[in-house]
Amino acid sequence: MTTIDYERAPSVAEAGPDSELARRLQKMWETAPGLKGVLGSVDHKEIGIRYMVTAFVFLALGGLEAVVMRLQLAGPNEHLLTPEQYDQIFSAHGMTMIFLYAGPILSGFSNYLWPLLLGARDMALPRLNAFSYWVFLCAGIFLYAGIALGYGPNDGWFNYVPYAARQYNGGPNMDIYSLGMILLGISTTAGAINFVVTFLRMRAPGMSVNRVPILIWGTLTVSAANIFAIPSVSLAFFLLWMDRNVGTHFFDVNAGGQPLLWQHLFWMFGHPWVYAIVLPAMGMVSDGLPVFCRRPLVGYAAVALATIATMVLGFGVWVHHMFATGLPNIALSFFSAASIIIAVPSSVAVFAWIATIWGGRPIFTTAFLFFASFIVLFVIGGVSGFMTGSVPVDWQLTDTYFVVAHIHYVLIGINVFPVVGATYFWFPKFTGRLMDERLGRWNFWIMFIGFNIAFLPMHLTGLRGMPRRIYTYDADMGWNTLNMITSVGSLLFAIGVLLFFWNVFVSRKHGRIAGDNPWDAPTLEWATTSPPPPYNFVVIPTVGSRHPLWEGRLNETRSDTYVEAGLVLDKGRENVGTTPLDAQPDAILKMPGDSLAPFILSLCLTAIFVGLLLNLWVLVGLALVASAAAVLGWLWPESKLGETRAGVHV
Amino acid sequence: MSDRVTIQAKLPVGAIDTRASGWWAMIFVIFTEGALFAYLLFSYFYIAVQPHVYGDWPDGGIPSLSLALPNTIILLLSSVAVYWGERGRRLGSNNRLIAGLAIGLILGIAFLVIQYFEWAERPFSLSSSAYGSLYFTITGFHMMHVIAGVIGLAAMLVWSINGYFDRVRYAPIQIGSLYWHFVDAVWLCVFFTFYITPRLG
Repeated sequence: MTTIDYERAPSVAEAGPDSELARRLQKMWETAPGLKGVLGSVDHKEIGIRYMVTAFVFLALGGLEAVVMRLQLAGPNEHLLTPEQYDQIFSAHGMTMIFLYAGPILSGFSNYLWPLLLGARDMALPRLNAFSYWVFLCAGIFLYAGIALGYGPNDGWFNYVPYAARQYNGGPNMDIYSLGMILLGISTTAGAINFVVTFLRMRAPGMSVNRVPILIWGTLTVSAANIFAIPSVSLAFFLLWMDRNVGTHFFDVNAGGQPLLWQHLFWMFGHPWVYAIVLPAMGMVSDGLPVFCRRPLVGYAAVALATIATMVLGFGVWVHHMFATGLPNIALSFFSAASIIIAVPSSVAVFAWIATIWGGRPIFTTAFLFFASFIVLFVIGGVSGFMTGSVPVDWQLTDTYFVVAHIHYVLIGINVFPVVGATYFWFPKFTGRLMDERLGRWNFWIMFIGFNIAFLPMHLTGLRGMPRRIYTYDADMGWNTLNMITSVGSLLFAIGVLLFFWNVFVSRKHGRIAGDNPWDAPTLEWATTSPPPPYNFVVIPTVGSRHPLWEGRLNETRSDTYVEAGLVLDKGRENVGTTPLDAQPDAILKMPGDSLAPFILSLCLTAIFVGLLLNLWVLVGLALVASAAAVLGWLWPESKLGETRAGVHV
Repeated sequence: MSDRVTIQAKLPVGAIDTRASGWWAMIFVIFTEGALFAYLLFSYFYIAVQPHVYGDWPDGGIPSLSLALPNTIILLLSSVAVYWGERGRRLGSNNRLIAGLAIGLILGIAFLVIQYFEWAERPFSLSSSAYGSLYFTITGFHMMHVIAGVIGLAAMLVWSINGYFDRVRYAPIQIGSLYWHFVDAVWLCVFFTFYITPRLG
């Protein structure tokens, strides 16, 4: 092993994808072939794709659960499912969609896109990135193993005590859910830390904070929020597990505990999480929509600030999930006001998108249709949220299908529609091929019409008093027709989603060849080849404006972005480290290569949770020791990463 | 080609001071861990302010300071020792780093031992009341952090003895000691909550 230079001025050169430099970088950066590469890859693109594929598998599973529920509810007094089965399926559906699909899918897009958008070669902490994926996968398998064995969660995704306490819920269902959620929290936290550090250190020279795409603002904001919010829910689930397994009394009112503590801890996390699974999706629209309007986004600064404002306010509204729990009026008033004020930053973004379409020359691609329809669905979901933010209205509507309609307009409207649109938009970058536009139109209209047939009438079902989470209902309640319409619409929506999967599947091999920049888009990911090489950029670009690839056409800045010429970092895996605000180079960072440590540590952690679940304390102890060893092996200073003094070989 | 792209200045290569990615990662690990303790202490105060109809609060009277206060001082001294050693590394003395880490490690272990006796003296248990649950869970969470920190200090000690670092390049020490200072600082919050706030009422 050779020692590294501890100080150097990076050289600057012009080099393209066919240069000798590119061939050397390819050797340094490509993932090893075979099993070692599969388990050890730290390439953010590989990890991003894994995240997306895994999340889409969970979307399909959650969708299947939804279809079964809608068959059960299509008519009165159906007996397709027993009440116990229905409990598990609606809880598993919520858990799957909210925790295993909606968050991870956005992590997938951001993982793939962040370094490309920022002009970097990888995330700041590539091994932590691999770790967050493996832990997510382990948590997903852990939770779904419970469902497969008939022990899925059966108390709703927010899992209130005392229903979830041992004496009312004796099986292992809640233990599996609790432990799986803590494991998933570790994954989310690791990912969040990585995004924040990447934002602060890995932006290409010249990409000051006012030049980053809105998707970066979205993911950054929710990552910062997750760092503070995730511990709350992990703790809540841990306390619940302790109450159920080792006899503590946190939620047990007979020994001085307090059941409402669960709701506070859950929703202090839960409401920020709602924004965590929509803000990056809104960011994808803010970046994608203007491309099809052939103009920059209207109100960049306002939209970026609105993103942050939404998140900050989002920490102060958790009690609106608890309006009906008998809290004092003064608390209700405060949280109601905060919930209603959130409409302001949300509207800022909505008006910016509308103005962008209004002032542009829209091209009606499938991606555009998804992005534009998202605005409509966001407004409908926003208005029903605004309504339930008012205490008296909430008292009337809480625990009815009105709230179910609201949450689906918000989560499908602001997550699924932008995600599908973003897939049409970025698929050519991921694969080098375009998705089929004709199939895309069918895909869009079936999803859009199916969704609205399913969920628009559901508001009325709620206003007519149908409670959520009941497994069936009598024929004389006046809900029959509405439920039948919803069931038909949801089946149509499911067909639309299947068409989307089909389009992805077919276009992957047979789509039209895309080229580097098929949409003529302005941001850096389109400056490299499709799909990008393992090192992303042959030379590190220098960024001179917010729209690096549109500079010739826009008069907003001098044209001084350089993509073909830039820093040559070729002494091993390297990236330039830049200052947090102005993105001025201040270090050459050594980047780690393939490593099995993240995978091994994930297995050790999962073993701890399996031990806790089965109360096998020996396994817990052994797995803890193994985890500590894996962490030490991972963090042991390495001379080739420049972590030790010159002359030391580790 | 514009002069914007040229960099004349030499840049350090690899993990160095606050430019190391690991240093930034540790800052955010501390934020998230700090948040975890904030939620733990929130849970304590949330239950503490409820009417106590099922027994005493705190259970078994206000906890004694006879072990807890000296132990708090021991933990703080261990932070001082680690800081002293780290500063020695910056001034060029590897031996001072080794001494500082060794003292910090011994004091950290001493804290764990004394904490064991502190636990043994408690008149309640994890499962006897909500107070007991909170006491052992929160101090237990802190214990786990001290154990992680002690393992970290031991690793840092080995690395220092192996001579991995010099006066510029010792980022693993800077990052590790940051964690140790956090573990000590958060104990002050736990200590204040359990041992001091009941005396204020």
